[in-house]
Amino acid sequence: MQRWLRTIGGWLEERTHLAGAIEETARHRVPRNSASWWYVFGSATFTVLILQIVTGICLATVYVPAADRAWNSLIYLNYQEPLGWYLRALHGWGSNFMVALMFIHLIQVFLFGAYKYPRELTWLAGVVLLLCTLGMAFTGQVLRFDQDAYWGLGIAAAIMGRAPLVGPRLVHLLLGGPIIAGETLSRFFALHVFVIPGLLLSFVALHLFLVLRLGINEWPVPGRLVKREIYLREYHELVERDGESFFPWAAQKDLLFAGLIVLALLVVAAVAGPIGPNGRPDPSIIETVPRPDIFFLWLFALFALLPPWTETFLILVGPLVLIAILIGLPFYSGTGEKSFRRRPFAVVFVILAFLLFATMTWLGLSSPWSPVMDAWSAVATPVAYVKGRTPLQLQGALLIQDKQCRNCHAMGGQGGRRGPALDSVATRLTRNELIRQILQGGGNMPAYGSNLSPAEVDAIVDFLQTMTPAGEPPARNSAPPAEP
Amino acid sequence: MSEVTPPRGPDDGGWRGEQPTRRALLLKLAVLINAVVALLFAIPVVGYILAPALRRTYLTWIALGPVENFPVGQTLLVSYRNPFVKPWDGPTADIPCWVRRLGQDEFQIFAINCTHLGCPVRWFQESQLFMCPCHGGVYYADGRRASGPPPRPLYRYPYRIRNGQLWVQAGQLPTLGQAQV
Repeated sequence: MQRWLRTIGGWLEERTHLAGAIEETARHRVPRNSASWWYVFGSATFTVLILQIVTGICLATVYVPAADRAWNSLIYLNYQEPLGWYLRALHGWGSNFMVALMFIHLIQVFLFGAYKYPRELTWLAGVVLLLCTLGMAFTGQVLRFDQDAYWGLGIAAAIMGRAPLVGPRLVHLLLGGPIIAGETLSRFFALHVFVIPGLLLSFVALHLFLVLRLGINEWPVPGRLVKREIYLREYHELVERDGESFFPWAAQKDLLFAGLIVLALLVVAAVAGPIGPNGRPDPSIIETVPRPDIFFLWLFALFALLPPWTETFLILVGPLVLIAILIGLPFYSGTGEKSFRRRPFAVVFVILAFLLFATMTWLGLSSPWSPVMDAWSAVATPVAYVKGRTPLQLQGALLIQDKQCRNCHAMGGQGGRRGPALDSVATRLTRNELIRQILQGGGNMPAYGSNLSPAEVDAIVDFLQTMTPAGEPPARNSAPPAEP
Repeated sequence: MSEVTPPRGPDDGGWRGEQPTRRALLLKLAVLINAVVALLFAIPVVGYILAPALRRTYLTWIALGPVENFPVGQTLLVSYRNPFVKPWDGPTADIPCWVRRLGQDEFQIFAINCTHLGCPVRWFQESQLFMCPCHGGVYYADGRRASGPPPRPLYRYPYRIRNGQLWVQAGQLPTLGQAQV
């Protein structure tokens, strides 16, 4: 057996002369401190990318990228194709793993100053990889051709449609026609399977080539500044003085971590199962609550919370500014301090960005700004609020259900959260204020004046006036009318 | 009499020489030809990709059914088959819209898409409101914005009545930059 292998190896080597290059790559010297557990995230991201390619090719053998069949083929994969559910789970969760690992890698290289001289181009290639990976996540969500995919495309089209002058043409270019339909899916299939992966792999190659050519970033030491004139010589001396072979001293950590990540992915995919699809992508089914995938939820939340007058500008210009900042970073601060211990703004920036992302994602998950579309018929009035009430008040309680007030107003912790909860409304508003608010609306509440009879308003206000928690007095008019 | 001889580099065979040689001309010709064929190749490819965007509007009149299907004073959900259709569009080409009949010949036909970011608005008969499930846009029965982030009233399609049939002028996804009404 060994003899055979050696013969084959010798035959190959005689023709390729690659053994030397492989040996040299594997044994290239890296700074000893860089063979660290902090440097494993890039290789782990790459490992998941390889898995994505494998599972993606497997899925492509069954998936039908046609608008009338795609959803059915996903259902077939989930329930009939042997192990189809698991391959879909691996691919869907693999996407989440890859995006998460990529962002951890991004934060690590940012905090360790790895983008500084002479590694600016490595960083720029990384920025392209970031955009490609997010592009893969979005186009992948579209290929999971369900209601979320359909309305997600609608949101993308609505954003494009806001662009001045070229908006309508951009929309038709994005959709491949006048509506979200067959050609839209086909276009996104081409992007997801050919265009973006091609870009991604080319830039991975460039990224890795540069890492080898320039050497891995050394562990940043506070006070050791990057200067263009001496950096390369210093790095070379460091590697000579305090370096070690990449294989196995650094590679073993990469390998072990990547292995654990793959194991975690295998387990998560098996336990959590495939992601979707939810309902058929039929726009005439309007009983749907579209939500984007987890890594785009923060954007979804931002769209709800931005002041409307800033929205078009920020939606169109914001992403360009973010990309420009990422591209400009190594040129703006290409030299100087690398260590995060001496870069407080960088640390604060990362913390703020993470908090913003986490908060927005959490808000996106709970989306308190959305009416709960079925609360009026699905959520009952708390029993305590109807006990011992007069017939008129009960009529009011009924109207509050019937007029969909509960879609935006919670009672007893249930219902929408778009408007304030009604449990203690009478401690805040007097009878006249309640009537005014209902009839005229305001502060994000529609006006119900044309929609309620005076008797109905009377009943609702009579009921709302009972909404004072024990021990809290009802609201009083601060300037009561003078006694006659 | 000075005889000009082309200067020859050590090994480039006059390739970099100041004087043109026939061999150097060949390279220029090759580059030129490739530039031309690259352009010839790019025109159909780019045109193919851009084709959907070259046409400005996709609009046509579509029948929504007899007028008596729509009771006066009600707002109903109606779907039509989008006229610009590919054979493999499936259910995605079944486009819904809200038809509100105000009087004998008076209608309002609203697009399903919220004017904020295009999610499907739902009609609530009891409160006479359209609500959007995405970012909380709310509209009155006549399409005016009632609350939330929408920047304008609901999109409306033009309509006409011919031979007792209600027709709507539609065919493309309405967006802020491209709405009829």
